Amino acid sequence: MTVWIDADLCNGCKRCVKACPYEGVEMRDGNAHILERCTSCGACIESCKQKAILTDAKPREIPDFSDRKGVWVFAEQRDGALHSVSLELLGKAGELAASLEQDVSAVLMGNEVEHLAETLFQHGADHVVLVEDSCLAQYRAIAYATAFEQLIRRFNPNILLMGATHIGRDLAPRVSRRVAVGLTADCTELTIDPDEKILLQTRPAFGGNIMATIANRYSRPQMATVRPGVMAPKEQPEKRGDIIRETLSITEQDIKTKVLEIVREAKKRGDLGKAKIIVAGGRGVGDAEGFKALETLAEVLGGEVAGTRVAVEEGWIPADRQVGQTGQSVRPELYIACGISGAIQHRAGIANARYIVAINRDARAPIFQVADWGIVGDLHALVPEMIRQHVSSKVKGER
Amino acid sequence: MNIIVLVKQVPDTTEIKLDPKTGNLIREGIESIMNPDDRHALEAAVSLKESMGGSVTAVSMGPPQAIDVVTEAMGMGADRGILLSDRAFSGADTWATSLTLGKAMEKIGDYDLIICGRQAIDGDTAQIGPQVADHLNIPHVSYVFGIDEITQEHLVVRRRLENGFERIETPLPALLTVIGELNTPRYAVVGRLIAACGEKASIEIWNAADIGCKTNEIGLEGSLTHVIKTFAPKFKRQGEILEGAAGESISTLLGKLRENRIL
Repeated sequence: MTVWIDADLCNGCKRCVKACPYEGVEMRDGNAHILERCTSCGACIESCKQKAILTDAKPREIPDFSDRKGVWVFAEQRDGALHSVSLELLGKAGELAASLEQDVSAVLMGNEVEHLAETLFQHGADHVVLVEDSCLAQYRAIAYATAFEQLIRRFNPNILLMGATHIGRDLAPRVSRRVAVGLTADCTELTIDPDEKILLQTRPAFGGNIMATIANRYSRPQMATVRPGVMAPKEQPEKRGDIIRETLSITEQDIKTKVLEIVREAKKRGDLGKAKIIVAGGRGVGDAEGFKALETLAEVLGGEVAGTRVAVEEGWIPADRQVGQTGQSVRPELYIACGISGAIQHRAGIANARYIVAINRDARAPIFQVADWGIVGDLHALVPEMIRQHVSSKVKGER
Repeated sequence: MNIIVLVKQVPDTTEIKLDPKTGNLIREGIESIMNPDDRHALEAAVSLKESMGGSVTAVSMGPPQAIDVVTEAMGMGADRGILLSDRAFSGADTWATSLTLGKAMEKIGDYDLIICGRQAIDGDTAQIGPQVADHLNIPHVSYVFGIDEITQEHLVVRRRLENGFERIETPLPALLTVIGELNTPRYAVVGRLIAACGEKASIEIWNAADIGCKTNEIGLEGSLTHVIKTFAPKFKRQGEILEGAAGESISTLLGKLRENRIL
């Protein structure tokens, strides 16, 4: 398939230049010109009011999916404890289901996990599809993928959301291939298109440098994963629902892999995803020594310490403390960015913080554009000052 | 042990900047590199070959210039290099990509192990490995950071979890996706690089017909997801700069935080 421009029809409006997700169109002598980079995606064709962009591709028919109903969420559990991302997804699923006038189902798999259904109802599930089997006691890709395949074929859901955890990112692609559907990874925004009634999935691309909205028009369920901390859970303590029990037909031989052991490595520090206050440092902190002041500030404020990719690469803080596109997305009440210039990858990871404070020597640092309050100055003086003032006010308060 | 490694050529996304006026990516001058996780996949494959014998085949899919990463893979120790390149492959989402790669694996046929990087830095989806494994109906283990045991029949690996790890046993053939923690990749050897580029260069270029793909099942036409819009990320907040000497600005800040019941 090829895309080309009829130079006689082109009026040089540049709509196609803007529409191209790959920057494959540029203006030459007042006319649009398609570059080598073109992937023939066709985004420019729809944008052209002059109908000057031509293609040899046949228009693709969109199948009728009106019988596909229900917004499903994978209720991820490990050792009988639900992962917070599943509750966050139920909150979002409720919004999507409301605009589609469909129901929310949580898909709960494992061995003796029925007791978790209550929590799922209270976070928005209308139904819990429960599959209990000793094969499912621990997560294994083929076992869980086969269970999903069987459920999807039985119930024909419209949407399926999973957390982008190390389990969700392992399982979702396997399921999507199995049932031949598209899958969008690590979405930061999910909405229903008001006209087409399809799921619009927005995610960062090119290391967070651009955002792309992706549609899944040709297959169902529309599958997407979302990182922990991106969506907010909605507790509904009064809500009730029903359990739909399903069985799995699979043998140990089909599953192939065995989990020999699961080793928990004690985390010395708290979970960044759940932290109410985060004190984070970047290049401006200068060295590991500089992070000690940040740790003290985090401690007196009752928060956690974190850092940028630079801070991790320099070895100033461990990798599990990295905030940003390649690290974790966080949604604390307060995010204090010290010596962080605010690369786009980092800003993307803190977009959901309630309040952001920036301390940086460079008044032009992009971090100030996303901060609620900024102080232009040397963090090595300001951080200790903040510790001192906060501690002394607490002491006064206690008297 | 016959091992296939999947490698991808990616733009070095850490170097990407946005045009402050238009919000568009500035692509000029951005280097293309071998995807970082894929280097670790190659290192694992080459060192397994060194200890167990067998061969390493590096496979990439991309435009003609992606031959550079296949060449580099051969420089690092791959014995055979294959580039899947065809206009019909372009614009593929992960569904169409994994189908294309899966068909190429079937054509190569004689493999015990497939190793790929966990994810590519341009898309960050981490989908291709598990999807290719499912296409081939073989087990996969993702986020691998340690190989504890390997024989011709089976493999015991360590898979990274958020709060620890699990040890998984899998029969072969299997597919692994690996993370940086696994090893330190070697550099390409100049002599091998020259050989890979030289007259007797053996890198094979396969098109859609070579692997038996119909053009309507691959590339953009075969994709199930489509990008309908791209835009520069927006983060809206009204930054208030707190003035004054250190003591003063901090005290204003603490005041604001208490006012908003954060502290």
